[in-house]
Amino acid sequence: MGKYILRRLLQMIPVALGATFLIYAMVFSLPGDPTTGKCGERNCPPEFVKAFNEKYNLDDPLLVQYGKYMGNVVQGDLGEAQSGLPVSEELSERYVVTFKLGGMALLFEGVIGILAGILAGLRKGGFLDALVLVSTLFVISIPVFVIGNVSQLIFGVEFGWFPVTVPFDPSLYDLLLPALVLASASVAYLARLMRSSMSENLRSDYVRTANAKGLQRSRVVGVHTLRNSMIPVVTFLGYDFGALLGGAIITEGIFNIYGVGGYIFQGIADQDGIAVVSAVTVLVVIYLLMNLLVDVLYGVLDPRISHD
Amino acid sequence: MTDFAHHNPDSPGVAAETGVPLGSLSTGTAEPEGGAAAPARSPGAEAWRELRRKPMFWISASVILLFIVMAVWPSLFTNTDPRFALLSESQARPTGDVWFGRDLQGHDLYTRCIYGARASILVGVLTATLTALVGGFLGLVAGYIGGVTDTLISRLAEVFFAIPLLLGAIIFLFSFSSPEDGFFKTVISIVAILVILGWPSVFRLMRSAVLQTKPNDYVQAARALGASPLRICFRHILPNALGPVIVVSTINLGVYIASEAALSFLGIGLQDPTVSWGQMIDEGSEQIRNAPHTLLFPAGFLSAAVLGFIMLGDTIRDAFDPKSR
Repeated sequence: MGKYILRRLLQMIPVALGATFLIYAMVFSLPGDPTTGKCGERNCPPEFVKAFNEKYNLDDPLLVQYGKYMGNVVQGDLGEAQSGLPVSEELSERYVVTFKLGGMALLFEGVIGILAGILAGLRKGGFLDALVLVSTLFVISIPVFVIGNVSQLIFGVEFGWFPVTVPFDPSLYDLLLPALVLASASVAYLARLMRSSMSENLRSDYVRTANAKGLQRSRVVGVHTLRNSMIPVVTFLGYDFGALLGGAIITEGIFNIYGVGGYIFQGIADQDGIAVVSAVTVLVVIYLLMNLLVDVLYGVLDPRISHD
Repeated sequence: MTDFAHHNPDSPGVAAETGVPLGSLSTGTAEPEGGAAAPARSPGAEAWRELRRKPMFWISASVILLFIVMAVWPSLFTNTDPRFALLSESQARPTGDVWFGRDLQGHDLYTRCIYGARASILVGVLTATLTALVGGFLGLVAGYIGGVTDTLISRLAEVFFAIPLLLGAIIFLFSFSSPEDGFFKTVISIVAILVILGWPSVFRLMRSAVLQTKPNDYVQAARALGASPLRICFRHILPNALGPVIVVSTINLGVYIASEAALSFLGIGLQDPTVSWGQMIDEGSEQIRNAPHTLLFPAGFLSAAVLGFIMLGDTIRDAFDPKSR
């Protein structure tokens, strides 16, 4: 197991370096002026351009620039936003709320998605199965920002069940609706994945053997089938974490939540390049770390994977 | 070249698996004789037979067709100019004359919903086609050649796959496009970033399909008979891998339309004066208290378009999957 984790860690390093380099190259090296929009609705004065180039080492070769930039990032220096405040300070203030929101969304996703998937998978072709299939199809098809806006309209404005915008220091109840919105698409994907994985495994030989041995139904389903059915689900959770982070930008923007996503949303509206790029880069790195965690979990669920 | 290589690439595979002696394969060009392999249809034809019987297929196909006609020829549906605004009737509710009402600027919402289809469909179709071509080609190359080429391309794909679609698109568009860009330049930059970040999903699929097909007897036989690598790829390997690629590309088309709308909603995709659903939803979301219809109509159009493509992909997948029959 230790060897497996180490190997995964080593494999992640080139991917992480490549991904951050790609982002860096996209922002600073491609044709187009990196100072565009940084001085409002006009071109930047030459003094600003010169100072900007010097500050971000833009006169160095690309790889050197990237090395210096990553050196700063590792030391926690993410640059300064338009307001002059360091991005790292803003992020450290805001991550708690986003963490809460994301945690709640993951919880909904796990509980509702897996449960619905199991119930549908156990009775394939039944009423519940059809219900899950149709409802998930609709939820998947409606983009998250539409679900967010419409549920804000219905449950916030019309019915008044939830706050329309979330206060500065939100309670769990305040975050309930945004978390449900954020989780919605993932819940639907997860339920479908769990359903097909479950119904496939129920037909496998080892389940037939378990039944033939006379094991109780709950043990056959709960232990033998479930553990194997969880493997693709866990893989999906890692991959889906990226969509969750992107969704957090939209959801926090819609519900006016003071979190990392709201910061990026605001940064886009204010044309604040450094704030947006640094914050998004941090999210990408978090996403990569999350995937590493999933890989390790994967090894725990399926011993065959960690033993080769 | 013997007629062996002209053989329908699928039926020999079936025959080989069911244990029919190899000699019987060299007969006939189109159909195996003597009932060697029971159904003579290719998986594609089989799937099409299955599809024709499904109402879901016809429903989703007609929804998509409607949106495509809307995108190509919007004046077929309405005579009003989408930029004609009656400010005195700002946020007017839907009536018999103005079916969907008017937005904040007094634009006719029905007309704008129709004209908004163009940007979405264009981005979706272009992105899905290009990702299928780029990812498919690289997957074919990596899977067929193998070795160092495979390792290099696969690692590269991993790097691109590691950046979530929306996050990467935000960074890219933020540093690339400016609000003054015209319609086509913005569409092209959105398509470009979605292709850059989206190709690995098709690549992985294609590569694994090639790796599965390559060791089959009929591919080995074609190689032994001296067929060129190009011929083997296009005649024998590609037809087997095409099904899953079509399914994923169709579903992704819906996803790309949603992504474009999300980017326009965030304010970094298509901007005024271009009419797009995402941007209409953005405007509508600011008026939800006094004019919810300005949000609901474009949201409905967008969702219907995405639903159409995802439903179509779903039904095609079921048709290609023998287990679901």
